Amino acid sequence: MADVGETRIITRRMHERPDDSWTIEASLGSGGYDGLRKALTMTGEQIGQEQVKASGLRGRGGAGFPTATKWSFLPKGVYPRYLVVNADEGEPSTFKDRMLIERDPHQLIEGIVIAAFAIGCNLAFVYVRGEFALGYDRLRQAVDDARAKGFLGTDILGSGFDLDIVLHRGAGAYICGEETGLLESLEGERGMPRIRPPFPAIEGLYAKPTVVNNVETLATLPHIILMGGEEYAKLGVGRSTGTRLFSLSGHVNRPGNYEVELGNTFRDLIFSPQLGGGIRNGGSVKFFIPGGASSQWLTGSDEHLDAPLDMDAVSALGVMLGSGAVMVYDETTSPALVAWRLAKFFAHESCGKCTPCREGTGWLEKVLYRLSHGLGRPEDLDLLLDVGDNISPGLNAPFSQTTICPLGPSAVSAVVSLNKYFRDEVLAGIAAAEVPA
Amino acid sequence: MTTTEGTPPQTVTVTIDGREIHAQPGALVIKVAEDNGIYIPRFCWHERMKPVGMCRMCLVQIEGAKGLPPACTTPVTDGMVVETRNPAVKKVQDGVLEFLLINHPLDCPVCDRGGECPLQDQTLAFGPGESRFVEEKRHFEKPVPISELVLLDRERCIQCGRCTRFADEIAGDPLIDFGERGGEMQVITYPDEPFRSYFSGNTVQICPVGALTSKPYRFKARPWDLASVETTCVNCAVGCRGALQSSTNRLVRLLGVDSEPVNHGWLCDKGRYGFEYVHAPDRVRNPMVRKEGELVETSWPEALDAAADGLRRALDLHGPEAVGVIGGARGTNEDAYVWARFAKGVLRTDNVDCQLGDGIPADVILGAPRATIADCDRAAAVIVLAPDLKEELPVLFLRIKRAAVDLGVPLIDVAPRAHGLSRYATALVRHAPGEAANAARKLANALTGSVTGDKAIDEAAAVVRDRAGDVVVVLGRPSLAESPQSIVDAAAALLGAPNVRFLSALRRGNVHGALDLGLAPGFLPGRVALDDGRDWFVSAWGGAPARRGLDALGMLDAARSGRLHALVLLGADPVGDFPDRSLARQAVAGAGFTIAVGSFLNDSTRHADVFLPVSLWGEKLGTYTNLEGRVQRAGQKVSPEGTTMPDWRVAVELAARFDDDFDLESAEEVQDEMARLAAAHAGVDASLIVRARDGVVLPLAEHRDELVLSPRRIPVTDASWEPIIPGSIPDEGLTATRLTDVLEATGTGATTTVKPAVEPVGDEIDEAAVVEQAVSDAQDLTAAAPDMYRWTPAPDGHAVPPRDAYALRLVAARKLYDKGDMVVRSPSIAALATAPILLVNPADRDRIGVRDGDDVRATTNRGSLVLELRGDATTAAGLAFLAFTQSGPGPADLIDATAAVTDLRVETLK
Repeated sequence: MADVGETRIITRRMHERPDDSWTIEASLGSGGYDGLRKALTMTGEQIGQEQVKASGLRGRGGAGFPTATKWSFLPKGVYPRYLVVNADEGEPSTFKDRMLIERDPHQLIEGIVIAAFAIGCNLAFVYVRGEFALGYDRLRQAVDDARAKGFLGTDILGSGFDLDIVLHRGAGAYICGEETGLLESLEGERGMPRIRPPFPAIEGLYAKPTVVNNVETLATLPHIILMGGEEYAKLGVGRSTGTRLFSLSGHVNRPGNYEVELGNTFRDLIFSPQLGGGIRNGGSVKFFIPGGASSQWLTGSDEHLDAPLDMDAVSALGVMLGSGAVMVYDETTSPALVAWRLAKFFAHESCGKCTPCREGTGWLEKVLYRLSHGLGRPEDLDLLLDVGDNISPGLNAPFSQTTICPLGPSAVSAVVSLNKYFRDEVLAGIAAAEVPA
Repeated sequence: MTTTEGTPPQTVTVTIDGREIHAQPGALVIKVAEDNGIYIPRFCWHERMKPVGMCRMCLVQIEGAKGLPPACTTPVTDGMVVETRNPAVKKVQDGVLEFLLINHPLDCPVCDRGGECPLQDQTLAFGPGESRFVEEKRHFEKPVPISELVLLDRERCIQCGRCTRFADEIAGDPLIDFGERGGEMQVITYPDEPFRSYFSGNTVQICPVGALTSKPYRFKARPWDLASVETTCVNCAVGCRGALQSSTNRLVRLLGVDSEPVNHGWLCDKGRYGFEYVHAPDRVRNPMVRKEGELVETSWPEALDAAADGLRRALDLHGPEAVGVIGGARGTNEDAYVWARFAKGVLRTDNVDCQLGDGIPADVILGAPRATIADCDRAAAVIVLAPDLKEELPVLFLRIKRAAVDLGVPLIDVAPRAHGLSRYATALVRHAPGEAANAARKLANALTGSVTGDKAIDEAAAVVRDRAGDVVVVLGRPSLAESPQSIVDAAAALLGAPNVRFLSALRRGNVHGALDLGLAPGFLPGRVALDDGRDWFVSAWGGAPARRGLDALGMLDAARSGRLHALVLLGADPVGDFPDRSLARQAVAGAGFTIAVGSFLNDSTRHADVFLPVSLWGEKLGTYTNLEGRVQRAGQKVSPEGTTMPDWRVAVELAARFDDDFDLESAEEVQDEMARLAAAHAGVDASLIVRARDGVVLPLAEHRDELVLSPRRIPVTDASWEPIIPGSIPDEGLTATRLTDVLEATGTGATTTVKPAVEPVGDEIDEAAVVEQAVSDAQDLTAAAPDMYRWTPAPDGHAVPPRDAYALRLVAARKLYDKGDMVVRSPSIAALATAPILLVNPADRDRIGVRDGDDVRATTNRGSLVLELRGDATTAAGLAFLAFTQSGPGPADLIDATAAVTDLRVETLK
């Protein structure tokens, strides 16, 4: 294993000026809004379909959809259109957007203005997770400062382009991180996903064409503009270009957010002294969840640890990089207990709109509770799989779904992984817990 | 459905379960399948509401589509291939049903829905045989009342959102919504705000499980014990279609039937629950005559003899002008016609009025160009110059709200103060009481193209002028405290604008049928003026009035001064209903010989010399005519209480005592006679009435395109929770999804063909030939009969006196729940009627020097009342609003029916 370190692009400023990186002074003193100045000399088409397209940038929220392609879905000539920033980071153990908002809000605002300019939008909304109190305060201050400096408002930097930003705080619902649930909530409705089609690009916020982008995605834009799309694309591997911010947690010695060039391996991320620093007490990896709670799991096998941080390569293993949250578990961990705790999260966060998720996640949770607390039955694993199959037919990744949104199928990932890697351990546990007749 | 004229509709071809089907582009897969006999199970989808795709029961496989899309949100496209029954779909259906059942309490034996429950039915047809759920089910407190009428059992709820969507989308009363989330998601009301919607009962009807139950019907019957008949609600004049159900010879439930032109399946709660009076313990069940000052029960022959003798005496001594008939607006058309024939043909008096001074003169209603309810959907604009439709004609309110909100029809609200429709209006035109004509004149000028200088009116008129179609004026009495002349003048003014048609907003159940059939001064049956029709009816009946008679106000005035020597109260209660109670009271006391034809003793009928009790709605067959002139059938479901008989038969019996044999033995025979003699009813005989699916709009010759004949048809789902198709109701009850079809269709999950969704029952008829014959009959009669009346407005002679600075001008209008005979005897809704509160502008309240809730004394030249006063910003300064209630102190104690307006003085109590 090489001694891999971070490649700091979007986290550079916060590391260089840890005491005031969120201020307008720090931003302007370290190249802030230079990307915007450059972007405003281009056309929207040049930004989107040349620079961003060339950069290979893919959404950092979870699905990994190419950003330039997403923008291109906006119907021609239909205005107003909106940019909505998904800052409702709620995936368990994902905490990267929070840092980007708290430590470098101007970088995000700069990205928003560039994106809005590129797609021809004059009003952007930032849906901020309700719990991000500090982040919200800093973002609000940053918006005011940016407006005072002419980076927001009318005729931005003399370009003739107008943009304002509306900040909206969520009220604590995971489902509002799902883009259509977010739009509903933003409109003042109960946060529940919409039926697609129509997709947000066609009928999004207030039934107008809407782009929903993740915080990290937008924070990357100023750097793509400054570096040039092609230059940015030289970072990374294959179709996974650039860097990504990984939220590393669990039984590692150095949990935290690390900005790593794509193409490095999970082993690098977990064990490199500059990154995860290895497993606590010198232990080994029993299993890890590579892309947030919604992903299926990987184990401590060499095949899995040596898999590259590459969206396409991990997809071939049946998992995803998702939101970039990597949860690592050592040999002391009960996989059934982890599965139950994840199921409990999804059952708690299911919005209740559609039947399979509303009822199914709760059912999974109840069975997994028994299973992980000495009350399991030998048939429970197969029952879990079939209940899961009724939420996510085929139990594959990427999922198919009987539900409206991916929340229900996300809850099935743990069940599938539990069965795939730990079936014998679970059955043995059930047998051991059984009271002899 | 009718297609748009001219261009043939473009269709797409889809294949569903191997069958090639032509469909309208944009139609939903679930609907296209159903119309072609393929039933896709569902819970949340309801044809009258926007699809939400929540329950996931209707997932199907579509070639080329990712996963399994819901059939309820997916529109058909050309070449689409859909599978609704293959193993992949069956697996999902099993899964969804299992999910729905894991937390559903299996308390079916004590659930109102048990036996007509789609969760039961679809589990049997589509679901797995057993559950694998061994955990504890979720628990909630068992039913909690969410309003005075509706209870919610959250354990039974399957979170389909039908009720919450109905309340928001259809009723415009978003008082229920989802709270909590995931497995805890539940229907909630807002704190301190119950689900107090006039339409709440619809949520109970469309709830696919027993989560919502209604207090009136709860535990009253098991669905399989119910017998049903299709009927028409007569609580107001909208004429909603319903399925009336009984158990052990008692009426227990009324369900809304989905009539496309009228009610779209909805009912208001007053209509739905307001039939309990039929079985009221204090109903008069046997005839009575006054003996030694007391009304005592007697035999029919004796009572009829006494009635005929009294009438004969008055006629002999004082002539026909000394006899009057008030009422008849709540009976059937058959009742109205035979009573018109008796009063005008036998007694030869024209002192006949089915309205009680609370309506609009018959000339306007019968003689102005008319619109239908559906015309509002495609109108250039709807002008509402009427009382609050939400209070008086609730389902018409729903239709006009829909036209304005969903169909984009401009709505112009002309009223003295805000009401239920105002929030949906494009333009608000406010006028002082009694001065509607001024506002109407201005509006008519603007519609004609003049600039009036009133910004709201000019802008609205500009929008209307740009749109094709008629302008529909919904015309009623915005206030009972002003003379009807102000509305007559307003109608006259609006008639001057281009393409104006009127939709009457008179309220009483069959007032339009009664007016059509001659229960109004100056008219004979068939919308024919007395002078035009006299010869025709003299030759048909043998007699007719010599000259125009008095309306209700005139008759009451005559009675008060001793000039009316015989008075028939035909289901009427002038003391309760006439806007000027002191006049009505003196009139009832001063009338000579009085016959009450009715059901209850009240302040008016108590004075009767003879009481002839009649059978009521639900106890008799007949037809009613709604406010658009649509003749619809009402069925008989229970036997009449006591020895009561229909009103029309009472008239036949009385006529016989004047040696006039009407030779009418059944309601059908009366219908045939109307079709022969009444110009407006030409061609509308019993055989047509029984076949017309949505009734017949009068006159037939003008409305032949709207006539849909259909043999009885049974849809796949004749379940009460789905839209009930008119003509589909089996006599044995309306209970469940037709499982035979569904089971046959599913079997083991293999694809099989299914029966057509709509299956004709009985003999096929040649629809075109029947319509042709009826129309030709109608034309023949129209040629022979006198012309129908056309209204020519008389010059405006209406003057409103100035209001002095200390007075408030009164607006009095009805609320849905009042203190009428029928409401007070329907215990489920009786308590919903509230005492009248005097509402004034907050500035006037402060000027008077009282606080909200204080009692004040209100005085007019008619009387004086102590009332609670409240400030209300929707009431303009200088106005006072008081809800009209029949019994108890109310505006009737203050209104002078002979004056143009009523001004009152308000004093503090010191």
